[in-house]
Amino acid sequence: MSLLSQKHMLGLSDYSAEEIQTILDTSLQMRDILDRPVKKVPTLRGVTVVNLFLENSTRTRTSFELAEKRLSADTLNFSASGSALSKGETMLDTALNIEAMKVDVVIMRHKSPGSPHFLARHLESIIINAGDGRHEHPTQALLDMMTLRDKYGSLKGLRVALVGDILHSRVAMSNIIGLKKMGAEVIICGPATLIPRGIERMGVEITNHLDEAIQRADALNILRIQLERQTAGLFPSLREYHKYFGVTRARLDKASSPLTILHPGPMNRGIEITSDVADSEHSVILQQVTNGVAVRMAVLYLLAGGRAEPSA
Amino acid sequence: METKVKAKLVDAAGFSRTITRIAHEIIERNRGTERLGLVGMQTRGVYIAKRVAAKIREIENMDVPVGVLDATLYRDDYRTSLRQPSVQQTDIPFDLYDMNVVLVDDVLYTGRTVRAALEAIMDNGRPKRVQLAVMVDRGHRELPIKPDFIGKNVPTSINEEVQVHMTEVDDEDAIYLVEVDK
Repeated sequence: MSLLSQKHMLGLSDYSAEEIQTILDTSLQMRDILDRPVKKVPTLRGVTVVNLFLENSTRTRTSFELAEKRLSADTLNFSASGSALSKGETMLDTALNIEAMKVDVVIMRHKSPGSPHFLARHLESIIINAGDGRHEHPTQALLDMMTLRDKYGSLKGLRVALVGDILHSRVAMSNIIGLKKMGAEVIICGPATLIPRGIERMGVEITNHLDEAIQRADALNILRIQLERQTAGLFPSLREYHKYFGVTRARLDKASSPLTILHPGPMNRGIEITSDVADSEHSVILQQVTNGVAVRMAVLYLLAGGRAEPSA
Repeated sequence: METKVKAKLVDAAGFSRTITRIAHEIIERNRGTERLGLVGMQTRGVYIAKRVAAKIREIENMDVPVGVLDATLYRDDYRTSLRQPSVQQTDIPFDLYDMNVVLVDDVLYTGRTVRAALEAIMDNGRPKRVQLAVMVDRGHRELPIKPDFIGKNVPTSINEEVQVHMTEVDDEDAIYLVEVDK
C-alpha cells in the first residue's frame, strides 16, 4: 500500500487534501537532510530519472536534478534544443526512445497543456509534471504551500492573493487548486485582460485593484509578468503595469499587518515587485527555493521510492 | 493477519528494572557520561532512550543528550515491502563527532534496521564509537550485528513476534510474545 493513491503527478487536481498533507509532511523531513553534513540519502539508489524539459527552464530543472541527486537516483537531462526533436522526431517517439533505455521516472516540462497526461497514457514510467503550458505546475504550488505552512502553521483559513498574469499562469492554476483543497481562501488580482473568464467557478474572489487585494490577504504570491504579453496587447506598457499592479513598499505599508511575500521567480525587479519588497524581512522568496528541493524530494520518494515490484 | 498473545514476558516493574540495568551498564562500559549520547530509533526506541537518559541522570546526576533517528530512507526493503513507510523525524541535537553513541531500539530481529540506522548515523557525522542497546533480542539475524546492551533475550520462532508496549504510546509498560498467523 502506497501513501499516495497516484502513480503519477500530473496535476494537483488529482490529489486529495490528505495526500497533499502527506507530501508536505514528508517534505519537512526531506528539508532536514539538506542541512546535514552529508546531504544525501540512498533511498532511490538504482532508480533512473529523466528530466525531459522541452521548454526552457533552468531553476525548475536544477531543483528537480538536485532533489534526484540528494536521493541517490541516476539522472539524465534532456532538452529540446540539440535533441532529435529539432530534427523532426515526434515527442512520443523521443519519449519512447528514452523509456526503451530503461528509465523509471520522467519529469516533464512542455509548452502544451496536457502533454504529461499524453505521455502517461503511452509510457510505463512514472510521470511528474514540471509545468505544461498554462495548465498546471504542481510542485511549484506544493512548495508555495509548504512555505506558507512553515510561516502560519496551517493553510486553513489563510487568505492568499495571487497577483499578476493569471491567464497564462500554471503556477496560479495549481496554487488555486491546492490552496482551495487545503482550506485556504484565494484572491485573484490582475488586469482584466489577464484574468481568465469563468475563474470564479474555482471558488476564488476576483479584484482588479491591488490595494484591495493587499487589504484582504495575509500573503501575496506575485507572479512573473512575461514581457512578451505586452507586445500581444494585453497591457499597454510595463510602466503602466507597474503603476497599477507593481507591489511596492508604499502600497504594502497601507496594510494593517505585514503581508508575506512570495514569488516563483525569476523576478522582474521594478516591474511586478520592487527591490525593497523582494528583499524585505517579510519576503520568503529564497525559502521557496530551498523548499522546492525538499518538496521535489518528497514527491519523488512517495511516487518512486515505495513501490512494490510486481514480482516481489 | 491475526495475532494472539502467547505470553507476557515482562511487566511494568520488570520493565523499569531492565531500564535501570541498561543505564548502569552503559555508564560502566563508557566509564561515565563523558561524550556520551543516546540516539533512539523511531518510534519506541526514542521512548526507551529517553527513559535510559532519565535513569542515567538519576544515577550520575549528568544530562546525556538524546537524539531521534528515522532510518526509513536508508532501508533496503522499500522495493519488496508492500507498505510504504512514512518518513518520520530525524533530530540529533548534538554534534556526533568524537562521541560515544548508543543506538537504542526496542526489538532486534534481522538487523536490517540497525544496518540502515548505522548508515544514517554516519551521514550525520563521525562518532568515535557506536554501541547498540535493545530491549529485546529475538534472534534470526540476517546480518553480522550484535547488541552491546540487551534487556532480554527471547528465543522466538518465525511465526512469533515480540511487542514492546510503553505508556508513552500504549496503555502500559510491558513486553509480549505474540503468535502471528500469516
